[in-house]
Amino acid sequence: MNKPIRRVAFIALLMFGLLLANGTYMMIFQQQSLAAQPQNRRVRDAEFAQNRGAILAAGKTEIAKTVPSKDRFKYQRVYPEDELYAVITGFYSYDRGSTGLERTYNAPLSGTDDALFIRQLVDMATNKTPEGASVQTTIVPKIQKAAADALGNQKGAVVALDPKTGAVLAMVTSPTFDPNDIAGHDIEAAGKAYDRLASNSQLSNRAAREIYPPGSTFKLVTAAAALADGKTPDSMVDSPDPLKLPGTRVYLSNSTNCGGTKITMTQALKVSCNTAFANLGMDVGEDKLREQAQLFGFDRRHLDDLGGVASQFPDKLNEAQLALSSIGQYDVAASPLQMAMVAAAIANDGVLMDPYVVSTVRSQDLKPIETHKASELSTAMTPKNAKELQQMMSEVVSEGTGRNAQIPGVEVGGKTGTAQSDPKRKPFAWFTSFAPVHDPAIAVAVIVEDANIPRSDIAGGRLAAPIAREVMEAAL
Amino acid sequence: MRADIPVTVVPRKRRGVELALIIFALGLTLGAYAMVDINVLGELSPIFPYLAGISTLLAVLAHVAVRWRLPYADPVILPCVILLNGLGLVMIHRIDLINDPPLNGARQQLIWTAIGVLMFILVVTWLNDHRPLQGFTYTIGLAGIALLLLPLVPGLGTEKFGAQIWIHVGPYSFQPAEAAKVLLAIAFASYLVEKRDVLALAGYRILGIDLPRARDLGPILVMWLISLAILVWQRDLGTSLLFFGLFVMMLYVSTERAGWAVLGTLLFAAGAYFGYLNFSHVRTRVSAWLDPFSDFDAHFQVINAQFGIAWGGLLGTGLGLGRPGLTPLARSDFIAAAIGEELGMTGLMAVIMIYGLIVARGLRIALQCREPFGKLLATGLSFGFALQVFTIIGGVTRLLPLTGLTTPFMSQGGSSLVCNWIVAGLLLVISHQVRKPAATVAINPDVEKTQLVKAGA
Repeated sequence: MNKPIRRVAFIALLMFGLLLANGTYMMIFQQQSLAAQPQNRRVRDAEFAQNRGAILAAGKTEIAKTVPSKDRFKYQRVYPEDELYAVITGFYSYDRGSTGLERTYNAPLSGTDDALFIRQLVDMATNKTPEGASVQTTIVPKIQKAAADALGNQKGAVVALDPKTGAVLAMVTSPTFDPNDIAGHDIEAAGKAYDRLASNSQLSNRAAREIYPPGSTFKLVTAAAALADGKTPDSMVDSPDPLKLPGTRVYLSNSTNCGGTKITMTQALKVSCNTAFANLGMDVGEDKLREQAQLFGFDRRHLDDLGGVASQFPDKLNEAQLALSSIGQYDVAASPLQMAMVAAAIANDGVLMDPYVVSTVRSQDLKPIETHKASELSTAMTPKNAKELQQMMSEVVSEGTGRNAQIPGVEVGGKTGTAQSDPKRKPFAWFTSFAPVHDPAIAVAVIVEDANIPRSDIAGGRLAAPIAREVMEAAL
Repeated sequence: MRADIPVTVVPRKRRGVELALIIFALGLTLGAYAMVDINVLGELSPIFPYLAGISTLLAVLAHVAVRWRLPYADPVILPCVILLNGLGLVMIHRIDLINDPPLNGARQQLIWTAIGVLMFILVVTWLNDHRPLQGFTYTIGLAGIALLLLPLVPGLGTEKFGAQIWIHVGPYSFQPAEAAKVLLAIAFASYLVEKRDVLALAGYRILGIDLPRARDLGPILVMWLISLAILVWQRDLGTSLLFFGLFVMMLYVSTERAGWAVLGTLLFAAGAYFGYLNFSHVRTRVSAWLDPFSDFDAHFQVINAQFGIAWGGLLGTGLGLGRPGLTPLARSDFIAAAIGEELGMTGLMAVIMIYGLIVARGLRIALQCREPFGKLLATGLSFGFALQVFTIIGGVTRLLPLTGLTTPFMSQGGSSLVCNWIVAGLLLVISHQVRKPAATVAINPDVEKTQLVKAGA
């Protein structure tokens, strides 16, 4: 019987060999992917229990930090300014994921980034709890506060950019949320808070992740296209009231007194004359208008760190649609970030800078791991045209619809807008501006949803311009 | 040496080696237990001295029984068993501590360990020789089959986790399959030793393999039907596989006919395919094996075992520092996953190697044995043990579809623990009979002669 017993022994050897080989296989090929599974509570708990790095606003203000806690997670994520920076930091929750920079910079913040590898080894050898890297943002607390205070509890958003670098100086969205509510260690309460906030759409980022009809603020793009097409600020434009849209029976009327039926482009922008810009747009043509919009950043995503969405300029327009698009109606849609970029590019003599919100990622020993260098996205206008448009915008504020944005002693350029996406809804009030005109330090876009006044071009000037003014004042 | 002088090889007893290994195993176990306490509680739990005392006492009793009654027994098996039993206790204690207040599963397991050791000592001292068992082939066989089918008796069997393999008598419950495993291994061995000459007769020859004669197919078909009955009515894939595999292997060893093994494998494959087609729980197990993430909730258990092992990595989180509580049934079916998590793949592989050592020693005993019953019994017990370890650890590590077998000596549960101690006792008994000097047996030359008739086989 020894021969079959030897064979049986061989089979047993094979079985044990398979067990060991499978264990080896698991360790080499499966361990990483298993550990990366979002449903893996062990990994999630461990990550949640990490000494996560801080997120800082300019001047080393901590807007998200980690403090020791006495429960099983050992550390608690805290947002010292509650709601103020929620749209930037996002939240970091146990079982509702994370958003904002907490999400995009998770690897460096949690200390698992490859750039921190040596540090991890040292920590492991010295038995120290690893600490994540810190993320330095470009947000300026003073401007951020001014923006949040000025917007108050009106539904809307504010974005402020540094026109010369593209740095986001402030970003406010309202209504917003307190990330502390979702980051708490009482998992159930945190989950309920999340569900409540999500159903009230308090978690949305209106500044970069929502697009709205830009209304008259889009006339800046039309004006830029017209200048590029050879027009000058003094070129005369037909401004009938009303204008019959070609191929339709629809009449476009003006909501303000344009000051005649043939006016200069400067005058048209100053009083936000609809029919004049409709004519300008039809003059320039669909392709050139779209090209100009794209040079300003339309149809592309920006600010990936916060999941920014692309603004849209529609395709395949007929004449009537082109006329409406030229004044920011029809299917044109832009995020407040996009409109701030338009103002910033004009202010920066036509050069559009890539917007960014994170300037540096620093390891625990304050060594920079990652630094953002300001970069150009496109040359949207020639310097000459840009300077002319700056001047036209300055007149909008000094004498036109944007008077509410005037700052004593500072030359401000701006453009109002009022947009109605749906006749049953209250209009959106827009204002986009920059200051000072000759050495711009800040470009701002403001949107107030549900402007509680009758539809008129003044809505942007009355509701949004004062907010923009306070934001600009904070920066100057 | 000159050929005309009779040479008697007297194997060394090696009881000292066994004692040293036992002390090593005890040291490891108690150290691990203390580590769990310190890592989880920050101090030794109050029952630690009792546990240490009882464990040492049990180990010493087992060793003394072997030293007294089986001086020539294999010296490696007992220390391996003590180490596995001890590590199982440690893991159960560790999982007890996850609950607040802690459960006392470890205390229960210690009581079962004591009963197991007692049965081991009974086998070692009272039975002492395996050969008398050969006289009760049919009694033992019938008892085994009856036990196996007992959970199907209405009112007696209860369903747990989808399988009806438990019986309840008053407050006590146990898995009769574990006892049946031992009884049937003995019954198969003696039955096959008796019938093997007939069963070895060749029938048809297909592809170079001699198939048995059709009229001899009876026993294998009966076992196949019983296995299918277990699969169908008890819904227990693991037990079904274990018994049928055990029987087919022993049939093959006794007859030396590969045809039996081929036939058995085919029959098993047919049965398993039938099960796959007809039972949703079998399909769930198979899909959890092939693609666990296709249904997170249905395959929660298997997935969590994977997560635990991955989390433990190569070296493990350390005893008491992992989260084995996240895997359901971590103390019974999934104790291997808990070991993989806290002791790492290294620790799990070490445990697999200890199982491997026991199997290797058992098969070595079978090879050395000079009479067919002992040979077949040792092979059956060792291979059954190997098959069980392979199926459950392979299931937990997703090498195979998961089947609900216990992890020998480690899983919480009395029936399995006690029966495996009996298996260990039987292996030691056979090894003692094998290795003891022939002179002590040959009191009556006539008996000696009849004993040696089949030894050359």
